[in-house]
Amino acid sequence: MPVEDKAVGKQWGPETFEVEADRIRQYADAVGEGSRVHQDAEAAKAEGFRDVVAPPMFAVVYSAPAMGQAILDPEVGINFGAMVHGGQAFEWSEPVCAGDTVTTTATCKEIYERDGKGFYVFETISTNQDGDEVVRATWTNIVRGV
Amino acid sequence: MAELNEGDSIPELHVTPDPGLTKRYAAASGDPNPIHTDEEFAKSVGLPSTILHGLWTMAQVARAHTEAAGGDPRALKRLEVQFRGMGFPEQEVVVTGEVVEAGDGTVVTETVAEQSGNQIIRNASATLEAP
Repeated sequence: MPVEDKAVGKQWGPETFEVEADRIRQYADAVGEGSRVHQDAEAAKAEGFRDVVAPPMFAVVYSAPAMGQAILDPEVGINFGAMVHGGQAFEWSEPVCAGDTVTTTATCKEIYERDGKGFYVFETISTNQDGDEVVRATWTNIVRGV
Repeated sequence: MAELNEGDSIPELHVTPDPGLTKRYAAASGDPNPIHTDEEFAKSVGLPSTILHGLWTMAQVARAHTEAAGGDPRALKRLEVQFRGMGFPEQEVVVTGEVVEAGDGTVVTETVAEQSGNQIIRNASATLEAP
């Protein structure tokens, strides 16, 4: 059965995420980022950051509200139980710090079938409260047995 | 950054996810999928046990890069990975790789993350810049 690609071009969001220092600390601890700049505002300011700074991969946290809508949208039609994460790309710009408001929009870029698998490719673009881009991401999800 | 030249290996990163790691990462990241946290559920869908979050493993690849660049999170400008196979708790993850381009304050690397000899992240490509 060919995959349905009518959702290509559809957008989700903008969704906003208020970045809190405790959430950065919790994330940094879970991934083993031990630098004080992810824990302590004074340490972060001494390194030139506005406040406690997020590790780069914290992008998954503030992107989640928009990406979650995208992959769960019935119009996209992902069989969630058969989905695996195939690939991921991030391009970082401005650092994200505690106190920032990050706004993310997700777009379905491609849906195609190869070797009996469905490929669902999404892009997210996240900006901060000043309108500066903080990250641009490509998420490739693969659904087996389409 | 200045010490990373073409052909150099980046310092290896070794980390063994403890039994509670996937629950802590699930809470921190907001990924609720029970295949990572519920042993019985994971087995019910045909997995041998709970599996690591791919994005946690990617975060280890990212950390190997920021540490190679001296610890500044601003140094990592780009990271692209492909996920392959499954990672498991309580088995050591090793990130290795090398510099494939270097110049003008920019370094491009190619890395992999392995567990017991299986590549769970491959074709990872990253760009580091002197902040």
